[in-house]
Amino acid sequence: MAKTLTISIMEPPYESATSTTSLRIIDAALRKGINVNVFAYEGAVSLTIKDQQPHPNPVHGTSVEEEKHPTTKFFVASLFELAKEKGVKLDWVNCGFCVDERGAGNWIEGPRRGGPPQLHEWVQESDATLVIPTK
Amino acid sequence: MKKILCVVETPYRGTLEEQDDATLWLTHSLKNAGSNMGVLLRGNAVNYAVASQDPAGVVIGKLSIEHPVYPQKNLLKMKQAGIPVHVIREDVEERGIPLESLVKDFELISGSELPNLFSQYDQVWHW
Amino acid sequence: MANYLLIESRDPFEARDVSYFYGLAADLAAQGDKVTLFLVQNGALASRKDAKGNPLGTVLKGKVEVLVDSFSLKERGIQDAERHPSVKPADIDALVDHIMANGTKVLWH
Repeated sequence: MAKTLTISIMEPPYESATSTTSLRIIDAALRKGINVNVFAYEGAVSLTIKDQQPHPNPVHGTSVEEEKHPTTKFFVASLFELAKEKGVKLDWVNCGFCVDERGAGNWIEGPRRGGPPQLHEWVQESDATLVIPTK
Repeated sequence: MKKILCVVETPYRGTLEEQDDATLWLTHSLKNAGSNMGVLLRGNAVNYAVASQDPAGVVIGKLSIEHPVYPQKNLLKMKQAGIPVHVIREDVEERGIPLESLVKDFELISGSELPNLFSQYDQVWHW
Repeated sequence: MANYLLIESRDPFEARDVSYFYGLAADLAAQGDKVTLFLVQNGALASRKDAKGNPLGTVLKGKVEVLVDSFSLKERGIQDAERHPSVKPADIDALVDHIMANGTKVLWH
């Protein structure tokens, strides 16, 4: 039976290396056949905002197409694809209150709305829990 | 034209997701817009002067970061665009970074030279 | 005896508080727990052997296994010869293995 990892993340996108490391850990766990629960808390709910748009880079003289800016919503969408391909479960909950205070409710397909009771349930059922704070 | 020195001390801050360092990017953008800019790397940001930095290879799901930022290359472009790049020698030494591992084109200065450096600028932006 | 995985994302040059985390690793190991300290992101900057006044040295004298994310090393251009020999490179797969090891308490700092 596949193991399950629960990860709580707080870091907003584009602000530090921590959000990228969190995504790398989720990626590595899925590739190992581990089910992953993600509790996106506070600024991390912005990782999945649907309205994120890639942009050109005038300093480097690159167009949108050339720059291929991988926004975090695409990374998360891609993690859902990976989970499907590997036959494991990725369950992503955006903290509802955190979403409301940020106006971040328009997100990509995959994540769902939830709150601390969901995290409580996951922690009890999971083989491991990793809490990644913001600093 | 006001002369502005940007002091950069926090490296690798969101650089993978941005495909850039936001402070260096803004500095270069301001230069392109006509501002007179300079850069001072201090603290951990002195690591941006290391020649062998290689951020390639991150893959998340099915997506790779195809244009990761090479800070040392961006800084070289900034220098070529007329932005002087200074690096604090003591911060390099404190971190055990071999001096020979640094890009040669940047100017190593001592921390004791900061008052003189700052006196050459109208504004100092400490990022 | 408990298993601990301590993940340090910061470095002692910018954050003095990192010494607390290194000390915690050493204290846990001293009381008989199995401890792995995993350096990631700017935490990798502490792995250079010639860093001055580096508090990581205290940890390396004890029984703590110290690993460093190989991508964080590469991203920062930290060469093998610059790294303290007791700090071993490990990839993100190894980190996940440590996280999932039965009964491991995982702390991120």
